[in-house]
Amino acid sequence: MSSAIALDRLEVIFDRFRALNGVSLDVQPGESFGLVGESGSGKSTLLRAIAGLAPVASGNITVNGKTLGTRRDKAFYREVQMVFQDPYGSLHPRQTVDRLLQEPLAIHGFADGEKRIERALDEVGLGNGFRFRYAHQLSGGQRQRVAIARALILEPSILLLDEPTSALDASVQAEVLNLLEEVRRRRKLTFLMVSHDLAIITHMCERLMVMQGGEAVENLAAGDLVERRVTKDYTRNLLRASDGFVRV
Amino acid sequence: MSTLLEVEDLRVTFPTRTGLIEAVRGVSFSLGRERLGIVGESGSGKSQTGRAIMGLTPPQARISAKRLAFDGIDLLSISPRERRALRGNRIAMILQDPKYSLDPVMSIGRQIVETLRTHEKVGKAEARERALAMLEAVQIRDPRRVFDLHPHEVSGGMGQRAMIAMMLIAGPEMMIADEPTSALDVTVQLDVLGILDRLVSERGMGLIFISHDLRLVSSFCDRVIVMYAGKVVEQLKASELSQAQHPYTRGLLNCMPKIGADRHPLPVLDRKPEWAA
Repeated sequence: MSSAIALDRLEVIFDRFRALNGVSLDVQPGESFGLVGESGSGKSTLLRAIAGLAPVASGNITVNGKTLGTRRDKAFYREVQMVFQDPYGSLHPRQTVDRLLQEPLAIHGFADGEKRIERALDEVGLGNGFRFRYAHQLSGGQRQRVAIARALILEPSILLLDEPTSALDASVQAEVLNLLEEVRRRRKLTFLMVSHDLAIITHMCERLMVMQGGEAVENLAAGDLVERRVTKDYTRNLLRASDGFVRV
Repeated sequence: MSTLLEVEDLRVTFPTRTGLIEAVRGVSFSLGRERLGIVGESGSGKSQTGRAIMGLTPPQARISAKRLAFDGIDLLSISPRERRALRGNRIAMILQDPKYSLDPVMSIGRQIVETLRTHEKVGKAEARERALAMLEAVQIRDPRRVFDLHPHEVSGGMGQRAMIAMMLIAGPEMMIADEPTSALDVTVQLDVLGILDRLVSERGMGLIFISHDLRLVSSFCDRVIVMYAGKVVEQLKASELSQAQHPYTRGLLNCMPKIGADRHPLPVLDRKPEWAA
């Protein structure tokens, strides 16, 4: 069976800055894969490169067995959708939720838009009452739900999640994480999820990759992290940091 | 333990188009030379509490309190001039994001010197020396280089250290830190907290640490106040956090994913209207 996402020695260069330096990765269909690292480690760049939002200098990206060129076609976006970190920045401020959700449907020429919007809103636990509201009338958690609904409305098989809960309060974060797990189970989705929080990644993902300075530090199963079977000092540091402050 | 700050029945009210909004509704606590954490979610009034103490509440808002006193000085009745003399000198505040709270067109060194010379009569050369020493105290390796840099030229962790240096240079007795490490990476976060911890205990300062992260606060502070909807719902010793009584505190602790805890789905917070009553 071919991988859902396979990266082969991917390089991304912005002007002269090398943001990703030969990263390879393999995500199986239906798997939930995590990327952790500090800011500047290239974890978000990796997601953006897959989505076609970062300049790939060399290397290959293969999605569901198809190697991607520099341009992404419509069929690609039916398969792969992305949820961004900041729910305040990723929804159009002057469009209602209804209009926001219609956009992808119009682009891809779906006829049964009405039904799909209702279903998508229902699926993320918002209900029809939210349909004609603007983003500023929603809370952070509700906005992120709309962003997830927008990603799901085309019924993709792969979701790219870029710190989907880091802008949310802890209690809202739990709700959104539960929602993501539920839609993944129901739709058998593949997740590629970025977070700086090891606890979230071990909760959500089966395997993960630790990144630093645009390179892969190590690949681990979530269970290795739980039992602290890590080989690199950098990962150990991250683990220690996630335990909280210790007075010396 | 001497009491540094007394807050009794603090209220902060904002007028809006749809009526008055009470952001802080009757908060009372006192602070000695200790580390006190204030924890709550967005909108719980934790930041407005800190800002009211510092005197940074927007002018349209109304503040009232039975007592709001720092070292016996009634903060609500003194003149703006007297308040300015306190601010930065005896009470300091660290804000969340150094990117937005440092002056972008002034070098880091000049900003630190400015704080010092506002509050103390010192010569230029001496001020520079003291600023450099302070930068060293916050573990900036090359203080001379950083002194001349502008905020956009340094990383978040470095900027936050510079801000701590700026806040400590006048030797305040009380410090309010409003989410001082939320904009930083986890590993950098611990470095900055370590510096803050050392300086606070060496100088015997009182610290109010405002944060949304209950676990971080409990590992750092001596005492924790939990706020919900503008009120204090629970006060407890940080070491006794696991025995928290209030369902909100317990729910907040419970809903965070933990490494090694296999809970699917995560427990969510079931908000009760009576918590806000």
